Amino acid sequence: MNIVVCIKQVPDTTEIKLDPVTGTMIREGVPSIMNPDDKSGLEMALELKDKYEANVTVITMGLPQADAILREAMAMGADRAILLTDRKLAGADTLATSNALAGALRTLDFDLLITGRQAIDGDTAQVGPQVAEHLGLPQVSYVENLEFDGAKFTLKKWLEDGYQIVEVESPCVITVLSSANEPRYMKVRGIMEAFKREVEVWGCDRIDVDESKLGLKGSPTRVFKSFTKGVKGSGELFEVSETEAVEIIVNKLKEKHII
Amino acid sequence: MEKNQYKDVFVYVEQREGQIQPVALELLGKARTLADSLNEQVVAILAGCCIKDKAQELIAYGADRVLVIDSPELKEYTTEPYAQAIHQVIEAKKPSIVLYGATTIGRDLAPRLSARVCTGLTADCTGLDIGEDGDLLMTRPAFGGNLMATIKCPEHRPQMSTVRPGVMQALERDDARKGEIETFEPAFDKSQFKVRVVKTVKSEKQSVDITKAKILVSGGRGVANKENFEKLGALADVLGGEVSASRAMVDAGVISHDRQVGQTGKTVRPDVYFALGISGAIQHLAGMEASEYIIAINKDKHAPIFGVADLGIVGDCMKIVPLLTEKLKK
Repeated sequence: MNIVVCIKQVPDTTEIKLDPVTGTMIREGVPSIMNPDDKSGLEMALELKDKYEANVTVITMGLPQADAILREAMAMGADRAILLTDRKLAGADTLATSNALAGALRTLDFDLLITGRQAIDGDTAQVGPQVAEHLGLPQVSYVENLEFDGAKFTLKKWLEDGYQIVEVESPCVITVLSSANEPRYMKVRGIMEAFKREVEVWGCDRIDVDESKLGLKGSPTRVFKSFTKGVKGSGELFEVSETEAVEIIVNKLKEKHII
Repeated sequence: MEKNQYKDVFVYVEQREGQIQPVALELLGKARTLADSLNEQVVAILAGCCIKDKAQELIAYGADRVLVIDSPELKEYTTEPYAQAIHQVIEAKKPSIVLYGATTIGRDLAPRLSARVCTGLTADCTGLDIGEDGDLLMTRPAFGGNLMATIKCPEHRPQMSTVRPGVMQALERDDARKGEIETFEPAFDKSQFKVRVVKTVKSEKQSVDITKAKILVSGGRGVANKENFEKLGALADVLGGEVSASRAMVDAGVISHDRQVGQTGKTVRPDVYFALGISGAIQHLAGMEASEYIIAINKDKHAPIFGVADLGIVGDCMKIVPLLTEKLKK
């Protein structure tokens, strides 16, 4: 079985802080990580590798420094790593990103394509389903568990109020939640090997897609403006004894006709 | 693309087992405002199996027209049958705008459609407006809620977005409203139906909808454990509210995900929100800052939660909450 996992390098958004005075975002010093949902997708692929000797390829589209997460993926156990990087891809929205990835994936042979449900920098959850559509493959999103019987996949799909069990044959696309598993750590030997092995660097000339569908010019959406929410006018702050605190809260609740 | 051929604001009406989901009614409310400012119509797309009788309700909540797609192929949601049906609606009716709920269904269907019709899609919008040029302005949080971005889709139609449940407000139901109900019959290509639902399981415990609570008593890291959380439950009971939590408490297994407030949980806007032992990570604030009145208790007087609180108390919530509960009982 051949498995391809799409991964993305993202800023660790839990580490981003806002400047309390200006309300602007402080980007400096924010570490870059492998997107958590993608990492669980990779773990799912590696578990299949452990059981069925699957071949696992990881691919990312990004800047040259995204090399780091590909090496991390190889240190975890991925067999092959591809970095899709090209200036022509700059400014891509989700649709243009999905077109670029689909262009690369058309040149690869796989039975299962895994993406994370969503990336923590954009939270869109769009690229997985869009890639599936471009490739004409069935999709199952929000996957928490996967079983394979040699012919078909049986998937547990998370729902807001429960879950669903669905079946699908290969080839197919699934998008995986970070709650699906605990990704393994890199092995020390794996880390050393990962830095000796080659990360394949692909440009747009290497992929199968019409260039008008890529980058900014292939992006239907445009950022019209961006802004931080700014600093809200503070309410009242009290540093008082516990019994006084209770008095204050009760009085406010009465004032608001809550009690 | 001839943009002026595209008109009207369409809403994909999400239903599960024939039940219209609240987010659909919220979207109809927003669509009404958008359509009025464009001088266009609100069209509800009601797709499912044996759901015709729900169409009138959508008119009462703001639709001018309801397109009913009633087919056994749509009995349960899977991506492809629904994508085919809605794609054919888009091809035939040429909507200017299509809105979807940002649910496990809407976030599965809408991106598939955006790739099929080759148009833009803006995820999880918190604000929708019409710009001076008549284009839809779609505002959404990015970078984990640290940044807000307003997105446009200037040269492609339809303009599409998903909106999270609880963000928009439904209109008051008005059964006197008039509208048209039209049947739409898509041609299905069943050879593409490759995903089969084996079973759907509802979580056993009575799941609570914290987005409907008037009062929420919410706990974070400062509450620490299950035993302390029960004290929050006692306060919620005495006020007739519900308990909710920040992500830290869900990750720690203290409380279930359906009670999580924030970027990866639910967006709430109760009359009163108690933030207890919650420092106020931006991801949490994104889910609760629209609350009518926010009371925060935290030991750290520099905690960001105090930046959005209407009433802030610097102190130990686990000492104050039991006293408050006792006082309120009297």
